[in-house]
Amino acid sequence: MLIPHPLLGPRDAQEFVYLGDAALIDRPDGTAAGIEAFHDYLYLRDNPAGQHRELWYHEQGDRSWLVVTRDTVTHEILKAELARDVALARGRGR
Amino acid sequence: MRYSIWNVLAQGLTGHRGWKPVWRDPAPQADYDIVIVGGGGHGLATAYYLAREFGARRIAVLEKGWLGGGNVGRNTTIIRSNYLLPGNEPFYEFSMKLWEGLEQELNYNAMVSQRGIINLFHTDAQRDAFVRRGNAMILHGADAELLDREGVRRLYPFLDFDNARFPIKGALMQRRGGTARHDAVAWGYARAADALGVDLIQNCEVTGMRIEAGRIRGLETTRGRIGARKVGVAVAGWSSRVMAMAGLRLPIESHVLQAFVTEGLKPFIDGVMTFGAGHFYVSQSDKGGLVFGGDIDGYNSYAQRGNLPVIEDVAEGGMALIPALGRARLLRSWGGVMDMSMDGSPIIDRTPVEGLYLNAGWCYGGFKATPASGFCFAHLIARDAPHPTAAAYRLDRFRRGLMIDEKGQGATPNLH
Ligand SMILES: Cc1cc2nc3c(=O)[nH]c(=O)nc-3n(C[C@H](O)[C@H](O)[C@H](O)COP(=O)(O)OP(=O)(O)OC[C@H]3O[C@@H](n4cnc5c(N)ncnc54)[C@H](O)[C@@H]3O)c2cc1C
Repeated sequence: MLIPHPLLGPRDAQEFVYLGDAALIDRPDGTAAGIEAFHDYLYLRDNPAGQHRELWYHEQGDRSWLVVTRDTVTHEILKAELARDVALARGRGR
Repeated sequence: MRYSIWNVLAQGLTGHRGWKPVWRDPAPQADYDIVIVGGGGHGLATAYYLAREFGARRIAVLEKGWLGGGNVGRNTTIIRSNYLLPGNEPFYEFSMKLWEGLEQELNYNAMVSQRGIINLFHTDAQRDAFVRRGNAMILHGADAELLDREGVRRLYPFLDFDNARFPIKGALMQRRGGTARHDAVAWGYARAADALGVDLIQNCEVTGMRIEAGRIRGLETTRGRIGARKVGVAVAGWSSRVMAMAGLRLPIESHVLQAFVTEGLKPFIDGVMTFGAGHFYVSQSDKGGLVFGGDIDGYNSYAQRGNLPVIEDVAEGGMALIPALGRARLLRSWGGVMDMSMDGSPIIDRTPVEGLYLNAGWCYGGFKATPASGFCFAHLIARDAPHPTAAAYRLDRFRRGLMIDEKGQGATPNLH
């Protein structure tokens, strides 16, 4: 699989480490959210067959986190964004 | 038809014209007492034990493709009971005991071969961990033996003992471990379940669940509506999708695992061995092919096929252990979709929907579990109480902090 890195162009997926569902960006607030919300965040997954937005870390590259949109049935990669941009657009901290 | 030597002789003398189909191909009835979703090893074994051990009747197994077309027909066929944790070891040892009597019980040759499995270690720390694991196995009534370097050399003189990075220092051996013919396990359970009156319905995909007032009433399928008092779901890699029909999210991700086989070679490896410094396991099939595998690809997938980097990684692991492997030619590779759970251990439990039961989260160790998984799931469905050896496989264990994390990796399914 080739990941179209927004800054570096197409890179081999082998250079990346996979974390999982990009919903992990939306970590609940540690003081406000209850145990249920944390349980769901940590342990439950949508696990769709089809389009999946997921976090990949460019460990053997520029060490940026990407949000990659990929089809889990065909392995086709549809889009790659900087996770930073995605998080900021969702109103998360710095 | 009961299989025996007399049978084979009689058929041989009459031109083999008397063999019958091994199971019926019934159309689905309007409703059943118990419907099992998924005609893999676990679903078929569950149906068999429900009818055989728990006196249940009016049972159907619904399979979207053909019986045994999923992971049960794709795995590397290794069976063993060499786990460490108390939640796991009694269950896998129960499974091993069921394997030992399986062929006589089913009257079917599943080619169960207790050829012995060795887990190699390469450092002192790893040896200590294996000694601990071996002791845990013995405490639970399984067999375990520690081999030193010479002990391993007597079995497999051709290994790379003096590898500069990963010298072989010994191995933990379970002599009762080994392999079984994966397809034959599915076929044997299917035939035995069919003989007890279970309807095995193929080309029948479950597409929805009928749930009224918190209770399961039946299923929507590509072959029409099927009513059910109880439903047991055993669909391995598809667990999240099927349970989403009941509005549930699972502590599971689906990942692809690949396996490989070489061209047929003369007898070379007569047991099963695993590399302790990388992820690589190998045995030799009775046809002569070296059957081996390694890690999952590591990203969510429903594709039943993987990518080249893992092939390279597995081949490197194999070469580090068995340099001679480089002379063998790879014949085929394939993939299956694994239900990777958040702690690497399975789930056999009730669900918040009354009458709906779940059997999932087998990661890549579910083949060896087939007999016990079927037995324990049948026990749960028939009696509404967990079998003692599977009592820890609860769906809510993550909420309660009672994970069974053999590898100590935490909630990272792709690392288990
Ligand atoms: C490459 C590979 C190597 C492995 N090696 C080993 C090993 O050496 N040792 C070991 O112990 N384990 C191994 N495993 C794991 C083991 O094969 C699985 O954990 C086990 O087979 C899963 O249970 P099953 O047999 O019931 O699954 P499956 O055979 O996958 O059965 C599930 C069935 O459900 C059906 N299904 C799915 N959705 C629906 C639906 N909506 N409606 C109807 N039916 C549906 C599928 O078609 C499938 O037939 C390996 C797996 C793979 C892929």
